[in-house]
Amino acid sequence: MTKPPKPNSPSRRQFLAGAAAVGAGTVTPNPSRAGAGDPLITEVQDWARALGDGVVTTPYGLPEPAEFDVVRRNISNLSNTTTSSPSFTPFHALEGTITPQGCAFERHHSGAIELSKPDYRLMINGLVDTPLVFSYGDLERFPRETRVHFCECAGNGAMEWRGPRFNGVQYTHGMMHNMEYTGVPLRLLLQEAGIDPSAKWIYVEGADASSNGRSIPLDKALGDVLVAFKANGEALRREHGYPVRLVVPGWEGNLWVKWLRRVEVRDSPVEAREETSKYSDLLGDGRARKWSWAMDAKSMITAPSPQMPVGHGTGPMVITGLAWSGRGAISKVDVSLDGGRNWQQARLAGGCDSKALTRFYLDIRWDGQEMLLQSRATDETGYVQPSKDALRALRGESSFYHNNGIQTWWVQASGEVENVEVS
Amino acid sequence: MSKFPDLARAALLGVMIAATPVDAGEFGLGRAATSDEIAAWNLDVSPDGRGLPAGAGSVLDGEELFADACAACHGDFAEGVGNWPKLAGGQGTLDQERPQKTVGSYWPYLSTVWDYINRSMPYGDAQTLTPDEVYALVAYILYSNDLVDEEFVLTRENLPGVEMPNRDGFIVDDRAQVEYPGLSQAPCMDDCKEPVAITKHVVVRALNP
Repeated sequence: MTKPPKPNSPSRRQFLAGAAAVGAGTVTPNPSRAGAGDPLITEVQDWARALGDGVVTTPYGLPEPAEFDVVRRNISNLSNTTTSSPSFTPFHALEGTITPQGCAFERHHSGAIELSKPDYRLMINGLVDTPLVFSYGDLERFPRETRVHFCECAGNGAMEWRGPRFNGVQYTHGMMHNMEYTGVPLRLLLQEAGIDPSAKWIYVEGADASSNGRSIPLDKALGDVLVAFKANGEALRREHGYPVRLVVPGWEGNLWVKWLRRVEVRDSPVEAREETSKYSDLLGDGRARKWSWAMDAKSMITAPSPQMPVGHGTGPMVITGLAWSGRGAISKVDVSLDGGRNWQQARLAGGCDSKALTRFYLDIRWDGQEMLLQSRATDETGYVQPSKDALRALRGESSFYHNNGIQTWWVQASGEVENVEVS
Repeated sequence: MSKFPDLARAALLGVMIAATPVDAGEFGLGRAATSDEIAAWNLDVSPDGRGLPAGAGSVLDGEELFADACAACHGDFAEGVGNWPKLAGGQGTLDQERPQKTVGSYWPYLSTVWDYINRSMPYGDAQTLTPDEVYALVAYILYSNDLVDEEFVLTRENLPGVEMPNRDGFIVDDRAQVEYPGLSQAPCMDDCKEPVAITKHVVVRALNP
């Protein structure tokens, strides 16, 4: 395959010709050139003469119409109904680390329900001194915390287990989002009810028809779990569990119960549907791994990617992506241009919190030859994101959830990008 | 507004009602849950049968009810329609190339089936079945998997004793022992393998499938 392109400066003539062809955007160094010039600069534009919109023209702002395609999407033949289905975050078109709520991935099991704050109740029962009911207002009176965390579906990338299936990072990696959550530590609510010494587990469930109940060890419940009512500074969206959802940092999204209505303190797990028949990991020998809650270190190159082809020819190119680990902070991201033969350390910029998305960049000069782009995350435990072949060797060809294998994007000379696997 | 003005008023006054001191709590927030409230929401069922209500249902009753309430998605014989979940069959396929995870082939505990149907099925009309109906439907699903004969009646008393074929098929997450040591080695940076070739191309080429 191709060798990694070496940094090479394009000729000055190529540079100027390229800049003129696309109508500028690039500042050319002195001396200035004689001649006409870009009418967007030399002529007074309407927007520089007339008045724009007044304030509150849009009381709650929406993206520019030109950004119409930066939206979450679903795959129509993936599910029987949109009420039990995922949608996917358009990571190819996003930057930084925070996922805007309006385009953040959804997963419903019985549809997104309308549940008002006045109608909201949260019950704590089971092995407690006093079973309690909290109103939404009660939750707002507990000491609260604000933290950034990713929420990744255990099935993120599951359809790619056997090989490349969908042509876009939105579909291969988009079953996740990363938000700044505000909420009450679950620990405080449990302590308010008084935990019986025999307690070992909690069982959490939502108010929707699926109830989506899951069992969680008490240690985790008393650790970093939040009962969250705000995300990215504002109320949760209906599709993310308004008014209250559970935040279970670093652990699979199915545990992040939306419309949280009940926490039962128990001495044993319920072995509910979502933790036995689903969200368990079939291994090659026919056994299945259960309680695989933690999301292992993983990364994705968001651009270039199939939905974000290279449109600019040779020269400076920003390769960027996101890395995360459910077991701590990201310590390093390596990027390969040649399908994993040689690696360069990427620059980490933004995020870098534990159990949160971290943005990385590798700035190169593209020589116009095809590349096989890969990224490889290392977290603070020293765990290194494995290849897909390594994962299949460990768990067999028919596993599904928890696919954190290294992704390959084939950047062709034309700039088009395809989802592939390599030797 | 609420159909129950008294209850609505009680809810509005909730904070004041909660002024009843709660010994355990440092903050004194929330109010004690009532027994009726706990009974209404505390519906989960454990493998040992804890949480099951009294009741019974036969395979034959279940067959009739299944045809009305379930077969549109799951098929008359629980074999599944289209992509809707197959509930029957698949035994012996879990280590095959195309494993089929059904109630009979995969689910380790029968309590899970009862619990899920009781709280979340039928899809779009959840929590409308009586306990006897749920027992009957679970009995029919067992029958569809050739696990009981057609005379079988499922009850609160005999449910915990029904052993599912894949009850020993699960292991607790062992990645920390089996995977993490091997995957926590300092990664290679240069000349890590022979020049690579593309081995698999994408299946669905559409950018927005």
